[in-house]
Amino acid sequence: MAAAGTESLRWNLAEEVGVSGCNGSGSEEFHVLAVDDSIVDRKLIERLLKSSSFKVTAVDSGTRALQYLGLDGEKSTSAVGFNDLKVNLIMTDYSMPGMTGYELLKKIKESKAFKEIPVVIMSSENVLTRIHSCLEEGAEDFLMKPVKKSDVTKLKDFMVKGDQAEKGKRSSIKRKMDDDILKLTMPPTAIASSSSEVEDQSSSASHSPSSSSSSPCSSPCKRTRLQ
Amino acid sequence: MDRNQSHRQVATMKQSLFDQGYLDHEQFNQLEELQDDANPNFVEEVVTLYYRDSARLVHSIEQALEKSPIDFNKLDSYMHQFRGSSSSIGAKKVKAECSLFREYCRAGNGEGR
Repeated sequence: MAAAGTESLRWNLAEEVGVSGCNGSGSEEFHVLAVDDSIVDRKLIERLLKSSSFKVTAVDSGTRALQYLGLDGEKSTSAVGFNDLKVNLIMTDYSMPGMTGYELLKKIKESKAFKEIPVVIMSSENVLTRIHSCLEEGAEDFLMKPVKKSDVTKLKDFMVKGDQAEKGKRSSIKRKMDDDILKLTMPPTAIASSSSEVEDQSSSASHSPSSSSSSPCSSPCKRTRLQ
Repeated sequence: MDRNQSHRQVATMKQSLFDQGYLDHEQFNQLEELQDDANPNFVEEVVTLYYRDSARLVHSIEQALEKSPIDFNKLDSYMHQFRGSSSSIGAKKVKAECSLFREYCRAGNGEGR
């Protein structure tokens, strides 16, 4: 299938760059947990999300969503470890029998493990008080149904927000690794002179950031990689 | 030749459904845009799901209407579901009928007049 093909290509690229080993989620694909009691809407949201290159898990109730996250008290049913199947966003319908989307939102925001995951509410009814309480409770956005392609492409912004800390870490690790590689390709004399440069210029601002940070970085980089 | 004819017939039918207000142009286009080589039958699949779901809902609604007194909350809930899925498919007229039906439910109007 085309989807599987691009997935493995992305994985290979990530490995080349050397960042995939640093944490479990690895590839750039985001994983969305979609919650809706309507089978038609589930099918639609799944296709919408997949066509924007998201990985999707669609469930039919708030209870199932909590089970998937392992928040229902039954640790053994959790499908989500912290390093694999990581959920980057939860999209839930508001009006559902049993647990409403609002109630699900509250449970997620109350949970230490998952409160950082952005939650988006969907509804076919434009009720201002409803929208207000969801946003108050911490929802990132409130989408009117039927959900459109343009709504879905915007979701990436919410996920980057949550991922910002991780991405920052990853890109600084990448810079340090690049320096490592650079050092290996330089002749020994050049390395010696660059380290002495570092000592002389340690107090000055980083006009050449790579050379000033290259020497201390090799062991921390390796340690991080092994994680 | 036959294939082109069929395509034209389908296009004509579709346009007529748009014109008569049965099908929402924008929403149905969204569905068609989601269909591609990797998902060549998406529209057919989702509409089939809708028909099955609708049949189930209509049956539940009919049963609910048989009861005396009528449980308007239940009816309203079924109609909400029906309206939602109709909206997702672009079934404009059905959606409008559902909205009207819901108004009657909220008014406790069992006769629908």
